[in-house]
Amino acid sequence: MSNPNQTIPGQYRGNFLREVEANVEEGEWVKMCMQCGVCAGSCPLGPYWDYPPQQIFMMIRAGKREEVLSSTSMWMCTSCYNCMVRCPRELPITHIMHGLATYAKRIGKAPQTPITPRFAQKFWDNLTVTGRVNELKLGLALYFINGIGEGIQTAMKMQDIGLGMLKTKRMSPFEILGGHGIKDKAGFRAMLKKAEEIELAKIAKNQVAGV
Amino acid sequence: MTAVIATNQTILVVGGGISGITAALEAAECGKQVVLIEKNPSLGGRVSQLYKYFPKLCFPTCGLEINLRRIKANRNIHLLTQAEVEQVSGVPGDLSVTIRLRPRYVTEACTACGDCAKAVIAEFDDEFNYGRKRRKGAYLPFNLAYPQRYVMDARMIGTDDAKAAQAACKANAIDLDMQEEVITLKVGAVIWATGWKPYDAAKIQPYGYDRFQNVITSVEFERMLDPFGPTNGQIRRPSDGAVPKNVAFIQCAGSRDRNHLQHCSRVCCMATLKQTTYVREQLGDAARSSVYYIDIRAIDRIDDFHRRVKEDANVTFIKSKVASITKDGATGDVFLHGNDLEKPGVGSDMRYKNRHDLVVLAVGMEPSVSAAWLPTNPHGFLEGNPSTGIFGAGVSSEALDVNRAVQNATAAALRAIQVVNRVAGVEG
Repeated sequence: MSNPNQTIPGQYRGNFLREVEANVEEGEWVKMCMQCGVCAGSCPLGPYWDYPPQQIFMMIRAGKREEVLSSTSMWMCTSCYNCMVRCPRELPITHIMHGLATYAKRIGKAPQTPITPRFAQKFWDNLTVTGRVNELKLGLALYFINGIGEGIQTAMKMQDIGLGMLKTKRMSPFEILGGHGIKDKAGFRAMLKKAEEIELAKIAKNQVAGV
Repeated sequence: MTAVIATNQTILVVGGGISGITAALEAAECGKQVVLIEKNPSLGGRVSQLYKYFPKLCFPTCGLEINLRRIKANRNIHLLTQAEVEQVSGVPGDLSVTIRLRPRYVTEACTACGDCAKAVIAEFDDEFNYGRKRRKGAYLPFNLAYPQRYVMDARMIGTDDAKAAQAACKANAIDLDMQEEVITLKVGAVIWATGWKPYDAAKIQPYGYDRFQNVITSVEFERMLDPFGPTNGQIRRPSDGAVPKNVAFIQCAGSRDRNHLQHCSRVCCMATLKQTTYVREQLGDAARSSVYYIDIRAIDRIDDFHRRVKEDANVTFIKSKVASITKDGATGDVFLHGNDLEKPGVGSDMRYKNRHDLVVLAVGMEPSVSAAWLPTNPHGFLEGNPSTGIFGAGVSSEALDVNRAVQNATAAALRAIQVVNRVAGVEG
């Protein structure tokens, strides 16, 4: 497959709003934003976003494809839903942010910092092995996400908490050997495969339509 | 007690605010018989509760007085107060209306001397001042009330207080045995002018109207300016009665919001601009006003007013729908939180936390069309349908300012006149 970032904008004749509407979950809501800014003001992480939600929506309409897709903003969302309950037009803002993040990652635009996109991938890889999250492995994966030096440092810093969790049986050291999982792993994998097929079919359909 | 002669050539006007008064007068001055009914003990409606009108900044009492004189002078209008429609049935030109009349306990012999009020001890929240003031159990709704007759609060009936009022009345005008009545009128057409009520600000949870004393509504602010209002015409903040120095006005408080009223209430922007002139007029350079808005909708001619207010260096406009209000416990001040959309930069540059000592919520207009059998649109406004013989007038049909409500009511009067003219056979 050729580089999607060269082919996709052409499909939408450079109209980024249409690209978002076609490819981003709940993207068809973006045009409904009336720029009141209540989402931005309600976001507990608002001061840390490069572009608050209402600005992201305006940038989508203004065709700022690069800036939006490579932005760290939607990766800052903690899914607190404050914006969504206050939005006077009932835009599913939280879902749009996740949709934008997913789309940016899919076409290779997700930023390397913050670590949220990388951690999300690690979470997924961890979860899909046994159908249950292996917290020990996931925790270690997070510690070492930026390399071995920082990993050891973090692990040392957290050792009291780790030992406490072991003592109170909140974490089992044997999880490192593979860990617990669900009974029907084959069924679980089949389900994920089916979901992936559906998702890929949706993407292929969008590409054929190329509206 | 109530002998009202009505025929199928009579027009019933429901609601005695500016729209109902206008519709009644226009029809009556065309020679039609009109029955005007009002839920409250006095005519006047929301307009009587305003300090000034925009854009000319004249006093509504002036126009109201002219209209009341027109009503007094017109023999075609029959007025019923404390009356509410229960049901309307029939077809245009032959309608039957059931009306419930609540007793006033004061007869037409009342001279409005006020002796009964002096004799009474019981006090209640004053509806005219949105509960920001107390009034006696025997009371005149407001100074310009029409009919100019006292009212006995129904909650007082059966007490010694009521008997004391009766004993104090030199005109012998208090009748404590008055009963509720239900009457049925035959009319040709109905003009529905039941108006609006301010949106319940407590429902806008993040603004804390129900938690913070110094967060008030625009209609309450309007009452504050009345020399007979809760603060005798002085702009004061409720928590400690101090003179505010830094007033915030929040636009679209409950309007243009799918969680509250979906429609734009149209008057709130102009009402806020007008209220900044109150602050300027009374407090001069000692106080600042800040207007938090989505966009200022000062429509057509009145945009001049908007421009004039913008020239005032003491008025700041901040393009932002305020996200939430928190309290500064020690001072009674509040903080407004949000993002200023016109600030350049990234998220942290736009974010504000502004201290204010008084916040005025420009609350929306919620239509007062409560009867379930009336046809309404999804926003709760009366849906015009000529086949019912019921015509909406004023804010019961859409969000309007006074000027447009009067135009709208005149149009409704004309539609009703056409119906009764058809009945009389003078119009095809």
